[in-house]
Order: sequence, then C-alpha cells, then structure tokens
Amino acid sequence: MADYGWPDAEHRTLIGKRITRVDSPVKVSGQAKYTYDVKRPGMLFGKILRCPYAYAKVVSIDASAAEKMPGVMAIHIIQGPNSTIHWAGDEVVAVAAVDEPTAEDAVRAIKVKYQKLSHLVSDAEPPKGAAQAQGPLSMDDIDDMLDNQVPARQMVEQIQQYGITSKPDEGTLKGLQEDGATDEVIKAIRAATVHPEAGSRPKSNYQKAAAQTLGDGEKAFAQAEVISEGLYGVPVITHCCLESHGSTSEWTDNDHLLVHMSTQNVSGIAGQMAEPLKIPATNIRVHQDHIGGGFGSKFSPDRWGIATAEVSKKAGGKPVRIMLERDSELKVAGARPSAYARVRVGAKRDGTIVAWQSESWGTGGPGGGGMPPIPYVFSIPNQRKEHTAIRNNIGPARAWRAPNHPQAAVITMCALDDLAAKLNMDPLDFFLKNIELGKPRQAIYTEELGIASDLMGWKQKWHPRGQNKSGNLARGVGLSLHTWGGRGHASDCDLTIHPDGSVDIKMGSQDLGTGTRTCILMVAADTLGIPMDTISLQIGDTMYPPSGGSGGSTTIGGVSSSTRRAAVDAREGLFAKVAPALNAQPAELESINGTVRVKGDSSRSLSWKEACSKLGAMPLTVRGKNPDKSKPPDLTNSGVGGVQMAEVEVDTDTGIVKVKKMVAVQDCGLVIDVKTAESQCHGALIMGISYSLFEEKVMDPTTGRMLNPDMQYYRLAGLNDIPELVVHMMTGKGYDERGVIGLGEPPVISPGAAISNAVANAIGVRVPFLPLTPDRVLGAFQKAGA
Amino acid sequence: MRDDDPNQNEKVDERSGVSRRDFLKISSISVAVPLVTGPKVVFVAGEQVPVHGPGKVPMEFTINGKKHKADLEPRVTLLDALRDEFDLTGAKRVCDRAECGACTVLMDNKAVYACSVLAIEAQGRQIATVESLMQGDKLHPVQQAFVDNDASQCGFCTPGFVVACKAFLDKHPNPTPEDIRRGLSGNLCRCGTYHGIQLAIAQLAQKGA
Repeated sequence: MADYGWPDAEHRTLIGKRITRVDSPVKVSGQAKYTYDVKRPGMLFGKILRCPYAYAKVVSIDASAAEKMPGVMAIHIIQGPNSTIHWAGDEVVAVAAVDEPTAEDAVRAIKVKYQKLSHLVSDAEPPKGAAQAQGPLSMDDIDDMLDNQVPARQMVEQIQQYGITSKPDEGTLKGLQEDGATDEVIKAIRAATVHPEAGSRPKSNYQKAAAQTLGDGEKAFAQAEVISEGLYGVPVITHCCLESHGSTSEWTDNDHLLVHMSTQNVSGIAGQMAEPLKIPATNIRVHQDHIGGGFGSKFSPDRWGIATAEVSKKAGGKPVRIMLERDSELKVAGARPSAYARVRVGAKRDGTIVAWQSESWGTGGPGGGGMPPIPYVFSIPNQRKEHTAIRNNIGPARAWRAPNHPQAAVITMCALDDLAAKLNMDPLDFFLKNIELGKPRQAIYTEELGIASDLMGWKQKWHPRGQNKSGNLARGVGLSLHTWGGRGHASDCDLTIHPDGSVDIKMGSQDLGTGTRTCILMVAADTLGIPMDTISLQIGDTMYPPSGGSGGSTTIGGVSSSTRRAAVDAREGLFAKVAPALNAQPAELESINGTVRVKGDSSRSLSWKEACSKLGAMPLTVRGKNPDKSKPPDLTNSGVGGVQMAEVEVDTDTGIVKVKKMVAVQDCGLVIDVKTAESQCHGALIMGISYSLFEEKVMDPTTGRMLNPDMQYYRLAGLNDIPELVVHMMTGKGYDERGVIGLGEPPVISPGAAISNAVANAIGVRVPFLPLTPDRVLGAFQKAGA
Repeated sequence: MRDDDPNQNEKVDERSGVSRRDFLKISSISVAVPLVTGPKVVFVAGEQVPVHGPGKVPMEFTINGKKHKADLEPRVTLLDALRDEFDLTGAKRVCDRAECGACTVLMDNKAVYACSVLAIEAQGRQIATVESLMQGDKLHPVQQAFVDNDASQCGFCTPGFVVACKAFLDKHPNPTPEDIRRGLSGNLCRCGTYHGIQLAIAQLAQKGA
C-alpha cells in the first residue's frame, strides 16, 4: 500500500518550514473579496428592525407606511405578534430596498407594539436559595431552547438527563421540527421519561446542576496543611468580528438559492437553511472567498441569514444583502459565557495539592450554560464542585475560541497561584511539584515550563508577592498552563492532475486567516514534488467536496490529512502511467523538484510536465478523505499542552496595568507552516491581552440593553498595548511524529490567568475578575486595606 | 478626520458640504426644507450653512486619479460611495463611526476615516484608496513588508492598516518605536496582527521606504 505517513524531516521540502501566506498579496492590496464586498447585479439592501427590549412579547406590527415608501421592495416579518423576545436586539422585521438609506428609513417607519416583561441581565452571584434544581422540561422550555439557539447536543443531554413534563403529540413535534429541532432532539423527546407532576412548578432564572464529587473532599481538606480561598471570574465578552455577520441571498429560480455568507462552515450551511426555507439542501449553493473573522461565532446561517433569503424571495428573488451593523454585531451575534467561582484549594506543607472545592456560576444568556472544566489541567484527587447556570436576557452565547477553557484557566490557575503564594512558594516550582496531576501531558508541560522560564527570565524576575516595587510602579510575573484537543475534522479533498501538468485541488473548506490555503498547498506541493504556485486551489463553495466547519482547531488536521492522502494517491496513479516510459516499476519512482525519476538514478527522469503527458487524454482525479482507516496511518492527533508567562507593570496610583512581555510555548504535533503557526500564537497572545485588560459586554440592568455596543467603549487592544511577545513552537523529535494537531484555540486560553497572576505578583493582592481595569485594580487594593 | 490632523478644527468649506456632525446638528432643520436638489442656505448656530438634499444630488469625485460621477443622497458617506457606487471595496465598513480605521483612505494625501467623511464633502479632493498603491503587478513596499512579515490574518483590517502605514511613513520616514505605537493607534485588528505590523514597519523604516 502507498505510504501516506508524513515524511520525516530530511524528506520534507515544504512541510515544517517557514512559508509565506499565499493569500497575503490579495489581502494587502484590497483585492480580496469578502462577503461584505460582494455586490450582485440589481442587489437590494436589507435592514432589520430589532426589538429594543430585553424581554417582551410582540403585540402588533404595522408596516403599512414602510410598504408604501418608494424604493421599498419587500418586507418580511421574522417574529410576528405573540412571539416572545428574549434579548434586546432580537430580530422582528426584515426590509429590502433599493439602497441602504431607504432601507433604514423603512425600518424607522415600521411601528411595533410590545408588551414589556420583567428581564434579568445580571450574572452576579445567585442570591442564596434562589437556585432551583433543573427539573423535567416542558415543550415550552424546549421551544425556548430552540429559540435561544442552544446546541442540539446540549439539548439532547438535558432531555435525556431530566426528562419531560408531558408527552407531546405529533403536531407539537412537527412544530418543534419547523422551529429547528434536529432529528436527534426529536428522537430524544420521543424516548424521554415523562414526569407530569413537574409541569406546574414555577421557573427560576437560576438552575443548579447536580454536585460533582471525586474522592473524599471533606477528609482531604481536614488533612490539608494550607488552605487558600478565593473568588475568580471572567465576564461575558463578545466576538467582535471585524466583518460582521451576514449574507447576500438570491433566488436563481423558484427553488434554487445562491448564498454568499460570512461563515466558518461553508459545507454545513445549506443543510441548516433547507428546513426553514423548505427546499432541498442540494438546491442551495453557498460561496465564500474570504472571511473577516469568526472566532467561533459563524457556524450557523442565523435567523437573519434565513430572513435574508425570505425577503429576497418576497422581492422576486432579487439579490439582497444584509450585513449586521456594528451595534447589532456586538449585541446579538456572539458572546462568550461568563464564569465565576468561589474556590477552596488545599495542599500539604510541601506544596502537594490535595483537595479542590468550588461553587461556580455564570451565564450563557437565555440558554443558561454549563460549568467550565475545573479544576483545569490538574486532576486534583479530591474534588467537590457545584455549578449554577443563570438564564437571563443578555442574548445567546456562542462558541468563543476555545469554549470554556479560558474561564477554566482563570478560575483554576489563579486559585492555584494564590495557594502557592500562601505556601510561600515560587508558582513555577509549585506547578512543577504538582505536574504529575497534569497527566498525560506532564512531560510536555515540564519541558515547556523550562523553556518558558528561560525565555521570560523567570528566575531573575520572580519575587514574592508585592516585593518588586519602585515608586508607584510594581512589576510582577505570572504563568498558566492549558490544553486542547484539536483532532482533524472530516474532510474530503479532490485533487486533479491534468495531462498538461497543471494541478488543481477542490475542497469545501474555508480559510479563516489561519493559513489554511497555504497549508493545503504546502502539503500537496511537498507530496507531489512541484512548486506551490503551480497548483490551483479552490475552496469555499458547496460545489466542492465537503470539509468540516472551522471550529475547535479541527481544520488543519482535517485538510492536511485529506490533502496528503489525495496527493499520495494521485502521485501513485501518475507513477503507474509513467513507469513504463522510464523502464521501471511504479514503486521505484519518486517525484521531486519538478521531476519524476527513478530513485537513485537521475539519468532516468522526466520533467513533471512530460510525466503528466503520459496520463493520456483524460485528467487523473482522486479523492482523499479524513478520517480514512483504510489508508493508515492516522495523520492527525489530539491533545496539546501549552505554557504561557506574562510580565506586567502596574501603576499603583492609577490602577493601570501594562503588559510588558509575554512568552508562549506551544505544542501542536507536526507543524505544517511554522510562519503562520507563530502568527496564530502572536495573535492569540494579543487577543488574550485584549480580553484580560479591556473587554466586557456591559449590560444596563434598567433597560436590559448592552451599554457598549461600539468599538470605542467595547475596547480592543491596539498597537500601543502590545508588549514584547516571544513565541516558541515545540517541534522536532517527540512532537513531529504525533501527527498534525490544531492550534487555533490553545494559545488563547492562558493569557487571562497568566496576566492576572502577574498582577497579583506585582501588587500583592488578587484582582478577582477580568478585565483588569483600573477601577478593579484600585478596588482590590481598597478591599485589602493596602 | 483623525485625532492627529492639525486641520481638524478648520472651518467647514462651504463649497464641499457639511461634516457629518454638523449634518446631525442641522438634520432637524433640514426636514423642513422643501424636497429639491441643490444647496439651500440656512442660518444655524450663528452662521450660514448650506443644506443639500435630502434627495439625491449629483456629485463628482476624483478617486485614484480618475473622475467618478454619481447621484447620491447627502447623507451617504465617502466609504459607502466608494464601496457601493464604485466597487472599491478595499476600504472596509467595520465600526462606521471613526473608531477602528478599517476604512482608512487618503484625502489630499492625509489619512482619513472614510466612514466619517460625507461623500459630498469629498468632492474636489484627491481621494486615494488601497487599490491605488500597487504599480501594475508590483506591490507597494508597505504592502510587500506586510506580506513578508505575515502582518495579516483574516485580512479585514489590513487594507486600512496598509493605507495608514503608508501615510504614517510618508510623514515619519524614520520613526522611533514610540512614534509607531502612537502613530498607528487609530487602527484596530481583532486577529492580533500588530506584531507582524510592527515588524513590517521596522523593516520599512530600516530601508527608508
């Protein structure tokens, strides 16, 4: 069988090297066309009327004035009378008009009456006794979950775990299906245990999950010699993609739709639009060339994406573009769940951690949300954990780069750092002392901690807390560890070698700016022994073979594996045709530097072009797949370890925190392109500085609205906030042979914890919650009486 | 106008329309103006202010050295005119209120946020967008430095950053790191490409681009 395995270092021409991103030139020159830039002939401009209230019922909608306005082409009611609105900014009516100003005027001319209901937008610690055990779900609960975009997997889990309050009839099930319930959800409802007695119970915003225990926490705390207690947390932040969510939809005939959408999930969009639009998925073509950021928030067509297609249909099928305005983008199109916890953690005098106890809470909006994976990285032998999910009206949560891990890192690594301080230990020594609890990655962490320590100059910089101050400036260092899965997703790759020597690759994947295009071309070119620029790569269309959504750091493993298998098979197919001409067996051939030749005999060779001419009249097309057990070995893997260290300077008069240096040491198996991999890490550190110091979705308890839905008060880090950044990728022996593993998520996990720990080291007190704004820093001082 | 623009407080040129802020100030008055094209003059805030619209009015622009004409409502921004009328989509609409810099273009060789310049007041000015920087197939040195130093990821902020960098380097050919940090704080990136951008600028400053 052909050898699909990754070539070793001596036999790689491109893989593992520093290669420049192939789509940089079109991006720096403004030629790259994003969904926002697509202008179709005769295109109309759509706008959406949004509910100003956080919790309300729609009473009536009067769009008659808007309908009469010149230039208004179609109006589509998204949520009509009697609909319940669960967050401010939710979609009510869509309008399409000849230009954008007219569409805006039309939205203003529509009169909607609402019945306001009493909302909750706080995610403060649940009042004592308010939390209610999650019980059986009513059909209304399930409908609400659909409305609130709770992931199907989570719904199935809850239905299986808690049961339902009444057995639904077929009509109700059909209704749920129309509202977006997947087959798995319907199946779970049919199979669920029915608890009719639970139906009449009043519902609380606070839902307590069952306590989780491991070992004997009570005994372990009784035996612990040092116990540290603390409060830690991370608020809701937004995705703030620079290209807002949205699409352009047009009906090419009565039942065929062409969609340009800003999405991380090109291959998965048609299937999600088919049901609500009542056309087969095969009739929906989705296309995207470039995407201006997703970070986990762009996997679904969203209610506004469906509405764009609906309003286009009402406008006679004309193309309609609806891209969200910045305020809507921040209000409704992406939020990371908050997580807070009161933590007790105990150790022996020598620093051995023995026990963990946490009461955590947080919100993912109307859907509630789960407990982050705490304690993180360290499997502490004795644990007791309780979590309360707050269901409120801040808008739905979405996956945000490394879902739940940054929160878990802050809660765990800050609690452990406080324990180290109480033990009078250098946290580096303390983490190393307990590194066996980091199984199975203890060896990786140990090596990475050593490298990170050298790169940071940790041993010179670390002082006991609060003991490195000159005047009003205090310096400190902090560290954190993280992990992630990152196994490659399902991916199909079609690779064609033409008789004239040209090569093309087609794949329904997408490049989020992570370097996906570059890496696909590197793998194919390295395998075929030809230059990257001789291969034409087409991605971002449902006309190409499906490839998974780009989430969870699954893309690089998926596309590199399917491309490798396709390229190896194509090469073998070519060798079979070329071998007779070289008077050799196919197995004796190799393809290198643009020639196909007999191994070890350069006199018997053909140029790539000559070799391809032996294909005859027809091109050779093969499909590579991931996963593919019939073509071993497994080319991708799961489970990475990373270490980050931060150095900060805090002005103790003003409370202003400046990050002075950050070090990231990261493993991700075999790195395809070191250059773009390092950029991922640099970018993650910068994004991490941003959420550590500035970012928070601030809700107004009175109006229930977001107070900072703009880029002035929802602050992103700027160039002026960026310190010295040092990135070290773990490569070579012990890493390369693990196969390709994703990198998008891991390096963004640790910055919050590392920076918070550095601030605690600098000023001697813990600032409990991110972002570490001046008011929070000064507040922590005040509380400590410092 | 950007914060570092010394002319930001200059009086509005009456021939070139009104600024967006002035427009907002007088919008309640303009409602009472009859629906005809061509400027009317009203007395507001102690001065004569020409009022255009609210219907579409003919406008003429010089963009990347070429003349462009369009009928636009006076409330249309330069950014939307570039993108929707002339298909120059390099400048991006992100915040649409002068916070992020993704729409940066040059107006008479000065970097401006195109989202916060009304199209009507860009008439008679030399507008240059990112699309004008390449010479044939050859990237501008700033663009090449961005490519070399991997200074773009998703790339949505990149055109604005490239234009801002060019304008900055034209003014500060030998910038200190402090100059760079201050001079390019008007553009924001979400993917975190600032490290590559800093390297790109350092490379250009060394070469004396």
